Amino acid sequence: MRVVKYEDIVKSIKDMIIYSTTHLAPDMQKALEEAYENEKSEVSRAVLAQLLENAVIAEKEWKPLCQDTGLAIYFVKVGTDVKVEGGTLKEAIYEGTAKGYEEGYLRASTCDCFSRANLKDKAGYNLPPIIYFDLVEGDKIDIEYAAKGGGSENVSRATVLAPAAGKEGIKEFVRKVVSDAGPNPCPPLVVGVGIGGSFDMSAVMSKHSLFRNIGTPNPDPELDALEKELKEELNKLGIGAMGMGGTETVLAVHIETYENRMCHIASLPVAVNIQCHSSRHSHITI
Amino acid sequence: MAEYKLKTPLNDEDVSKLKSGDIVYLSGVMYTARDAAHKRLVDLILSGEELPFDVKGTVIYYVGPTPPKPGNPIGSAGPTTSYRMDPYAPILIEHGLKGMIGKGKRNEAVKDACKKYKAVYFGATGGAAALIAKAIKKAEVIAYPELGPEAVRRIEVEDFPVVVVNDTYGNDLYEEGRKLWEQK
Repeated sequence: MRVVKYEDIVKSIKDMIIYSTTHLAPDMQKALEEAYENEKSEVSRAVLAQLLENAVIAEKEWKPLCQDTGLAIYFVKVGTDVKVEGGTLKEAIYEGTAKGYEEGYLRASTCDCFSRANLKDKAGYNLPPIIYFDLVEGDKIDIEYAAKGGGSENVSRATVLAPAAGKEGIKEFVRKVVSDAGPNPCPPLVVGVGIGGSFDMSAVMSKHSLFRNIGTPNPDPELDALEKELKEELNKLGIGAMGMGGTETVLAVHIETYENRMCHIASLPVAVNIQCHSSRHSHITI
Repeated sequence: MAEYKLKTPLNDEDVSKLKSGDIVYLSGVMYTARDAAHKRLVDLILSGEELPFDVKGTVIYYVGPTPPKPGNPIGSAGPTTSYRMDPYAPILIEHGLKGMIGKGKRNEAVKDACKKYKAVYFGATGGAAALIAKAIKKAEVIAYPELGPEAVRRIEVEDFPVVVVNDTYGNDLYEEGRKLWEQK
C-alpha cells in the first residue's frame, strides 16, 4: 500500500488553484487565438483581443483571469492501493482549497443560500468545494480541478427527454439552452453535454466533459461527429464574443455518455453545462 | 459606431449622444454594487433615507472584485451578470443614475427607464478582469463592508473601456448584433 502525506496533498491542491486561476489553460489559449482569426464581426474581434491581452496581464502578474474565481469543483479518482497519512483525503482537499483561495488573493464566492451572507469565518475561505470521488485500480490519486463561475452555471439546464426525441431532440435542447443564454455566460463558450445515466448523472457528466482539452477528439466516432455538427449549428446563432454579435459563439462542444451510452428504457436524460471563455481547469496525479 | 471619452458624473447631454455599439472610455469617480448592495440602496430610497453616495449623474459598476494583492488598489475586477440588478435599477435611474456597467441582457423595465429618464447601460468584457483592473486607480469601501466582495466601493477610473449596449433611444446591441450575424 502506497502512503501519501496529508500535507503534500494540501500543497498540491493549493498550488494548482493559484496557478490555474491566473494562467489561461493552453487549450483555451489556442482556441481563443483561433476564434480571433476566424471571427468576422469587428466588435467581437475587439472583445477577443481584450481576452488575449487579459491573459498576458494575468500570467505576468499572477492575477486572477476573472474576478469570479468560482466554486472549486473536483473530480477525484482514488486508487485502491493508496492511503493518506495524517488526515482524510476529503479534509486535505478542503484545506488545500481554503489555503489556495486565501493565499492566492482569490475571491471567496460561497454564501448561505438564504441570508446570502458570505460565511468564510464559519465554513472556511471559499468552502465548501464540490467533490466527486471514484474508486479505481492502482496506487495513485488523480485530481481534476475547475474554478466554475456563477454566470455560466446560472444558464446551465438539465432535462429528461422522451426516448422518441432521439438525437434531434438532444440537438434542439442544446440549441435552446445556448440561444436563451445569449450574452450572459461570457461567450465564446465550451458547451458540456451529458447524455444518459439518470437525471443527476447526466448533469455530473456534462460538468466532467468540460475537463477534456479542446481539440482532443471524442473517442466515440459517432459522438465526435455529433459534437462537430452541434458546434457548427450553434455558431450560426450569431451571438458572438460577449454577445455582441458574431460568428464565434462556441469554441467546442463536449459530449459524455454513461457507460458507453446507457440509460433507463423509459428515459433520455440530457444536461447542458455551459462554461465561459476562461474555462479554468487543471489536472494532477499524486 | 463612434468612440467617446467621457468624464463622470454624466449628464443628459452626455448620455443622449451615445448610441448602442459606441465605444466609450470613462474616467472619474464611480461606485460598485451588486444585488445585495442594490437591495439595501433601494430600501433606503423607499424609506426616504439618505444614500451612502449621491446617485445623481453617477455610474454604478456591477462588480465583486478579488481581494487586492499588496500594493494594488483592487484585485481582478470584471463585470458580473446584470439581470440580478434588474429589479432595483429602474428606481435608481428615476433618482438620477446615468450609467450602469455590467454584462448580459437587461429586462424591459430597465430599458424603458433608460429611455424615460435618459440613462445608458454599458457592457464591459466579462472575464477581462485583470485588464479592466488596470483602469481602476483607486478603490475604497464606503458602505456595507460586511458584504465582502459585494460591499459598495468608491472607485476612480481612467479610460475604463465599455461598449454602449442599451442607449436612451431603446436600441439594444445584443439584439442588433445577433440579428446581423444569425444564419437561418
